Amino acid sequence: MRSSPLHVWSAILFVATLAVMGEVMIAAGMRQLGDLDELRSRRGMGGTIAAVLTNSRFVVGALCMALNFFSMLFALSIANLSLAGPAIAALTYVGNAVAARFFLREHVDRRRWLATLCVVLGVILLSR
Amino acid sequence: MPVKHALRPSQYAILLGVMLSASVGDSFLKRGMEQVGAVNLHHLGLLWHALFNPYVDIGIVMLISFFSLYTTALSWADLTFVMPATAFGYVVIALMGRFWLHERLSLWRWLGILLIVTAVGFVAGGPSRTGHPELDRMDAGIGR
Repeated sequence: MRSSPLHVWSAILFVATLAVMGEVMIAAGMRQLGDLDELRSRRGMGGTIAAVLTNSRFVVGALCMALNFFSMLFALSIANLSLAGPAIAALTYVGNAVAARFFLREHVDRRRWLATLCVVLGVILLSR
Repeated sequence: MPVKHALRPSQYAILLGVMLSASVGDSFLKRGMEQVGAVNLHHLGLLWHALFNPYVDIGIVMLISFFSLYTTALSWADLTFVMPATAFGYVVIALMGRFWLHERLSLWRWLGILLIVTAVGFVAGGPSRTGHPELDRMDAGIGR
């Protein structure tokens, strides 16, 4: 059965949203913990792994990434890889830049917006 | 507001690992799954069989390494700084296809490679960590 464009694009948007949520939550968790090399010098390798795995933001982010993986399988079952692959990647890069600006308080200057645009266009061209 | 710029050599090595590990891991997984065969609902047992394929095993180890390196990079660099490094994996896969598997790359794909390399260049020239130091200190206080 052929899926409607609305169905396909809803799935693509859902997968990209989960990817953005996952990456932003993991980035927020890592920012909260600080430089892992410094943490390892204070707590050792075991303490560092425990600190990462007990960080709630990291855990939520990892769960989002796991859900993203399974929803990606679903999206690929109703959409062509040549559409879903670059569309999800491009939406994820743009979504990450916007979310990093507003949720992670990163200073996304003109240079980084240009880089995001180049990555999005580059990914689309590479999938042709 | 940029607060940090210079990266240590070990941090450059981590970014290089981020660039290479996912794409090389994907290539190993692809090679392994070609040997295992197509998996579908009627042949789910093949997934268990796939775990005993050395290429699949190397691919899984490489992807676990990618995730470790990626999270480590995010502990000292912005998400928007690390993002182009992950995108560089697409370039590595395309170049592996061209020079290892002797696949033909179209002009569009070469242009895509050029754009992603440009993106990495744009970001690499700027600070690795930006943000509001006071809010970061509050965050760090909660996390430790």
